[in-house]
Amino acid sequence: MNQHKSPKTAGAGSSESSVPPSSVRPTPLPPNSTPPTMPDERGRFGPYGGSYVPEILVPALQELVQGFSDAWVDPAFQLEYHDLLSTYVGRPTALTFANRLTAELGGAKIYLKREDLCHTGAHKINNTIGQILLARRMGKTRIIAETGAGQHGVATATVCAKFGMPCVVYMGSEDMERQHLNVMRMRLLGAEVRPAISGSKTLKDATNEAIRDWVTNVRNTFYIIGSVVGPHPYPQMVRTFHEVIGNEVKSQLQKAERRQSPDALVACVGGGSNAIGLFSPFLDDVGVKMYGVEASGEGLDGLHAATLTLGEPGVLHGAMSYLLQDDEGQVALAHSISAGLDYPGVGPEHAYLKDSGRVEYLTATDKEALEGVRLLSQTEGIIPALETAHAIAALPTLTSKFDKNQIIIVNCSGRGDKDMGTISTYL
Amino acid sequence: MVSRLATHIRSISANGGKALGVFVTSGFPTPSDTLSILKAIDQGGADFIELGMPFSDPLAEGLPIQHSSHVALAAGITMRQTLSLAAAFRKQSETPLVLMGYANPIVKYGISNFFRDARSSGVDGVILPDVLPELDSPFLMSARAEGVDLISLIAPTTPDIRIAQIDELSSGFVYAVSVTGVTGSDLGSKTQIQAYLERASVVISHNPLMVGFGIRTHADMVEMTLHTDGAIVGSALVRVIDTLWADQLLSSEDRLEGVKSFVHELKTGSMHV
Repeated sequence: MNQHKSPKTAGAGSSESSVPPSSVRPTPLPPNSTPPTMPDERGRFGPYGGSYVPEILVPALQELVQGFSDAWVDPAFQLEYHDLLSTYVGRPTALTFANRLTAELGGAKIYLKREDLCHTGAHKINNTIGQILLARRMGKTRIIAETGAGQHGVATATVCAKFGMPCVVYMGSEDMERQHLNVMRMRLLGAEVRPAISGSKTLKDATNEAIRDWVTNVRNTFYIIGSVVGPHPYPQMVRTFHEVIGNEVKSQLQKAERRQSPDALVACVGGGSNAIGLFSPFLDDVGVKMYGVEASGEGLDGLHAATLTLGEPGVLHGAMSYLLQDDEGQVALAHSISAGLDYPGVGPEHAYLKDSGRVEYLTATDKEALEGVRLLSQTEGIIPALETAHAIAALPTLTSKFDKNQIIIVNCSGRGDKDMGTISTYL
Repeated sequence: MVSRLATHIRSISANGGKALGVFVTSGFPTPSDTLSILKAIDQGGADFIELGMPFSDPLAEGLPIQHSSHVALAAGITMRQTLSLAAAFRKQSETPLVLMGYANPIVKYGISNFFRDARSSGVDGVILPDVLPELDSPFLMSARAEGVDLISLIAPTTPDIRIAQIDELSSGFVYAVSVTGVTGSDLGSKTQIQAYLERASVVISHNPLMVGFGIRTHADMVEMTLHTDGAIVGSALVRVIDTLWADQLLSSEDRLEGVKSFVHELKTGSMHV
């Protein structure tokens, strides 16, 4: 079984040495070659990733590397993980042919991978289920998480309720206001929501606070990170828990279209977990084009969150990746209408996939995302999350580049109920 | 190369004393205050000074140093200014000076350029709490090439075997973080800390051992240096500066006198300079 192979890690023979200075970039891959297996044993994707953390956390991260690789090859862990995915999360999620959207745009056939149908309304729970099973297995008794829009916070609070574990979620005080409904959901689920009041009072600062909590309570606490970011092994581990998305697409496409691979994949990218989950099982398949869509907020000349498009390599929250920063290396404020994409960093694997040219990164503005919400709602009867709407917004341009018999799969990463407050002020 | 900083700390220990390292954030409350604060710390009797390079997201810091970093950044402090302040201090004092900061501003500055400019500014060492000691790290390679100490940290969670490896890679001293926590944390159970520091002092053979995080008073310093060569105080001074500079009735001389007597009391247990 595809999902039962051990997490992809290069062995000791890897030639990756240390993090080169930021000016050093990996050379683009030659055409038709397969990307090397990533990350290496130190968690590096080319020059990106790694562990930039206080020494206090080193033993905990080593324990996590070991705990995760042991669990992933343990049939009992796999059985429980997949049982929960099917009986609790509601997997497999549907692959929906978007016939009216396809007709409206007049290009390639569009399918939607329906992560919005997961319990709690987004893909995030694939990862929190995996991590809480790991936390319990490793004997940790307390869970912490960071959240931006609140989707990861809700997904964490949900699995903590299911597993009877105490849960503290850090959330920027600004985000607590714009996503009040999710704050109430987390509290109802029994989690404590602690406001992050420093800096920009958004996801970046909530992550700082969660790391400070972890540094303080590392002996009994498991930190459930919500995206493919953070120090090794988080980018690899979170990717592995989301690969179920792309793996399901493979078999569903076989059934629907008698083919294993689509012509293109499209997903929004904030930290980048839903995109990696969809892309990862297809990375070796050079015929599949991949597009990540970042939030360009007010526009690329205004406030935005287009980290890969306009950022530069740097270090934030434990890893080297692209980063929005000023001339002094201070982290810049991101902006997006979508709280889930409002982050100045991005997962290190995306940084690598951008430099290697394997994935093309596009952008969509706040306004285009709102148009995307309307488009999907009125053609398919699916109200997408504002994050997801960025991927939808890229479709009018993208579909025209493909023939009518070609297939594009869009990750419909979350549903839009949580955003009705924001959306209603614009409609 | 023999570290000037290590030699200095060892000579204090050899005479039965304990070294006091004092941290202050560069540019706090404003860039124009920093040089006179450094001089006041020096006159108060600090054995070396740590100058913090502010970062927008200082994840190892508690509230006082987070606050001072944001105030300094808002006041416009830059990496180049901090290096110039270090150079200006060096012209007036031989007291060892260490820069403390985070990886990203240095990556942005250029790692080798940073260590070159640190050396030419008379900086003795650099502490980067989010950079792990690794033999092939560009931070360590650049520091060694310039003869600047790269001071590594250990924590209560660090096993002996790793303490030994860190001791091999560190120079200047090994920085023992007293508790699992951020700067300015409460020390909690001191017997637990003593046991960890004793364990570390047995393992460490290449460097002096300094302890920091949560040390506020002379009494803390006496207690925490039973198994170490000295202690580092940061958040407590930053709080004192915050209070002194907020008091509109004080002259700038009064404020600097306040810094000096706080440092003197840390070192000697007595208020009078």
